[in-house]
Amino acid sequence: MADAIFLALSVITIGSAIAALEMRSLIYGSIALMGTLGGIAGFFLLLDSPFVAMFQLAVYVGSIAVLILFTVMLVKRELIFKKVEDKRRKFVGIALMLVFMVALGSIIMNSGIKTITTDEPAVDFRNIGADFLTYYWPALILMALILTGSVTGALILARREDVENDQRTD
Amino acid sequence: MTNELIDFVLVSVALLGIGIYGLSVKRNAIRMLFAVEIIINAANLNLVAFGRFLPHSGGQTLALFSIAIAAAEVAVGLSLIIVAYRMYQNIDIADFRNLKG
Repeated sequence: MADAIFLALSVITIGSAIAALEMRSLIYGSIALMGTLGGIAGFFLLLDSPFVAMFQLAVYVGSIAVLILFTVMLVKRELIFKKVEDKRRKFVGIALMLVFMVALGSIIMNSGIKTITTDEPAVDFRNIGADFLTYYWPALILMALILTGSVTGALILARREDVENDQRTD
Repeated sequence: MTNELIDFVLVSVALLGIGIYGLSVKRNAIRMLFAVEIIINAANLNLVAFGRFLPHSGGQTLALFSIAIAAAEVAVGLSLIIVAYRMYQNIDIADFRNLKG
């Protein structure tokens, strides 16, 4: 059975995920998304993997959510609050979500996952470091190259050419 | 461990459903990015949960790789949204229909 901390964390996570999509203002929406990401970090702590939890807090809550906040602030004010959606499409979306949840949930409840429990100790995070540097080293280097390439590409994409010769005089 | 694997998997299914709802209903580009983030986090939760209960260190390693790649994806996605906003002065994806070819 789940304990109280788990229930509180799941309420926070799922509630702020709904709030992130349904809040009128995009700024409050991105702050609610921070709540979802922090709740997932709490789940990682419950699963005895503190290293992944800290990584999640540093990368998601620390950088991605702040990046999204700054992008939202670059957008015009009336676009932040505008909400365009038709009712029929919304009902179809909610129906799709419910069908998906019920179908997947019933499949999972009837599978053998329900009986899986463990008494073994958690994986030590030192093993993860050893894995990264021995078995997974090509993937680590490839990931570093992908990160460098994508961040450089993002900077080049977002650059403005029209202000190149616009020198400030003061 | 008082929490069982099924609890974490069910939370992950709920987050996946919410993400699919957001992707199919919302027309705001930034909100669709929120939905993609929620789906990626549901997948990471599954990876770490199965890695804890098997137990195997591969789940956490794969989750770390996934988080790093998601950071790259968000950087590129946000800069694409900024470029499209500069071209169309709007972030509604119905206005991005001219972005073909």
